[in-house]
Amino acid sequence: MSRRSSSAATALAALADPTRRELFERLRAGPRAVGELARGVTVSRPAVSQHLAVLKAAGLVRDTAAGTRRVYEIDPKGLGAIRAWLDDMWGGALQSFSAELDKEIDDGEKTNSSD
Amino acid sequence: MSNLEIRPAPVRRSVVVKAGVERSFAAFTGNIGRWWPKSHTIGSSPPANVVMEGRAGGRWYEVSADGGECEWGKVLLWEPPTRLILGWQVNGNWKYDPAFVTEVEIVFTALEGGGTRVDLEHRNLERFGDRAGPVRDAIGSDGGWLGILRSFAANAEASEG
Repeated sequence: MSRRSSSAATALAALADPTRRELFERLRAGPRAVGELARGVTVSRPAVSQHLAVLKAAGLVRDTAAGTRRVYEIDPKGLGAIRAWLDDMWGGALQSFSAELDKEIDDGEKTNSSD
Repeated sequence: MSNLEIRPAPVRRSVVVKAGVERSFAAFTGNIGRWWPKSHTIGSSPPANVVMEGRAGGRWYEVSADGGECEWGKVLLWEPPTRLILGWQVNGNWKYDPAFVTEVEIVFTALEGGGTRVDLEHRNLERFGDRAGPVRDAIGSDGGWLGILRSFAANAEASEG
């Protein structure tokens, strides 16, 4: 799994924790500030912030500053892990394609010039 | 479909190569196994090769060292040397699924000076949400991937409505 999808694994690992899953579920209803999210969960507010940071690192949520508050929401731009994996795959594939083709051309020029 | 309607942004990537469009298209489609990164594969073992059949309706697939083939999808559009659409038919469970199709369009544009810009777009990513069912079982929890995708769907609808 790590070979094919470290980011997907990260996302799934992030959601394996029940507190993080609960926080994520709460965000289904819409954007929430950290304080609102912390209310009613059994862990401390700093712990909630840490859990949110893990969800963010996994590409599942994003945050914005609203005055002194930090508001979290589910990242609507992507399917998180799958999209990140594909983005990484195509980025790597095109770089690799470019490098291979440029190498062929350079080798061809060397061959031609030595003739 | 309606309650899973989501519109994630397509993946877009570009690169500039030194070769002209014809050579670039030929190298991209005909020699894919020479440049495809070994780090990104679907099969259970690293691929020995990646093959694309150069025609609409052709297959593209990886071949493992033991000769086993692992399908990635079909060639949906074949317009050498400027345009290509591949079906990426590997679902969210990392399995080939003939009923699942996302499109990868690759456009080759000639640049002044003889180079080529290659623009790639992988779209219809919302379809991963529709075919995510088996993943829930793999995770073994209602809070798993299908739940996540439904959450994305609900949130995307809410933010658009």
